[in-house]
Amino acid sequence: MTHDEIFEKVQETLVDALGVDEEEVTPEAVLTKDLEAESIDFLDIVFKLEQVFGFKIEQGELFPDNVAQDPEYVQGGKVTEKGIAALKEKLPHVDFSEFEKDPQVSRVGDIFTVDAVVNFVERKLGQTTSA
Amino acid sequence: MRWMWIDRILEHVPGERMVAVKGVSLSEEHLYDHFPAEGSREACPVMPATLILEGCAQTGGLLAGHAERFKQKVLLAKIARARLEREAAPGQILRYSATLVRLDDFGAHTIIDIDLFPEPGAPPVRIGDAEIVFSHADQNRSGLELPEENFVFGDTFTTLLNSSGIEIPE
Repeated sequence: MTHDEIFEKVQETLVDALGVDEEEVTPEAVLTKDLEAESIDFLDIVFKLEQVFGFKIEQGELFPDNVAQDPEYVQGGKVTEKGIAALKEKLPHVDFSEFEKDPQVSRVGDIFTVDAVVNFVERKLGQTTSA
Repeated sequence: MRWMWIDRILEHVPGERMVAVKGVSLSEEHLYDHFPAEGSREACPVMPATLILEGCAQTGGLLAGHAERFKQKVLLAKIARARLEREAAPGQILRYSATLVRLDDFGAHTIIDIDLFPEPGAPPVRIGDAEIVFSHADQNRSGLELPEENFVFGDTFTTLLNSSGIEIPE
């Protein structure tokens, strides 16, 4: 499956799960801020991706489990270097370059873009293709 | 009125599947408002679709709750999809067949098929289905303070499980 084919399937999945228009699901769109996904939608997205792509997604594999609640990883409202390192290790499909410039906990949700989901699927399918 | 929209559980495979039925009765108060006679139009008492969905949610929620030994507060979080093609009238029986398709710490995903037995002895007719997502409220509370006790699965659910012969896990 090519990068574009994966993107199209992810796009269809997000349109279905979030009730948004196809045009809104751009690679850089943030799931929460731009597509108005709520926490429960993440459960739905994980399930639908499993159905569409036929693989199993473990808990915390696509979206992290409570890293932001760990006091070792969050201090003064910001994610610590250790926290960012932990997130990077858990979420190799996510691009942290923008987040690292201002690692406010309140901005953690912004790292989950459509592109991050596409990257995740590509990795799961064992592919390294790019558009 | 008790908020109970299934009458009996017919089948239960823990962690996998639950089948429940609901008999629609003309003694149910809401059927007189849904829909009353108006002008020359006769009354048309049918089970509201929203309550059919509640029956689906109760079946799926019990299946998900039982799978976690009723330790989680299983709340209906999202109706991801629902389809209903036909009404259910008094004297007819609805059957909800729920399958647990995903379960983790944060919640559960269920798919429920909806069948109707139009008259006694008649074979069931598939009239719809629904895909319902449940949240384990303590894991997704987003700052909400929730009571310690499991307020979701109260006495009415216990009665239903007992009368259906379903063992309640310790």
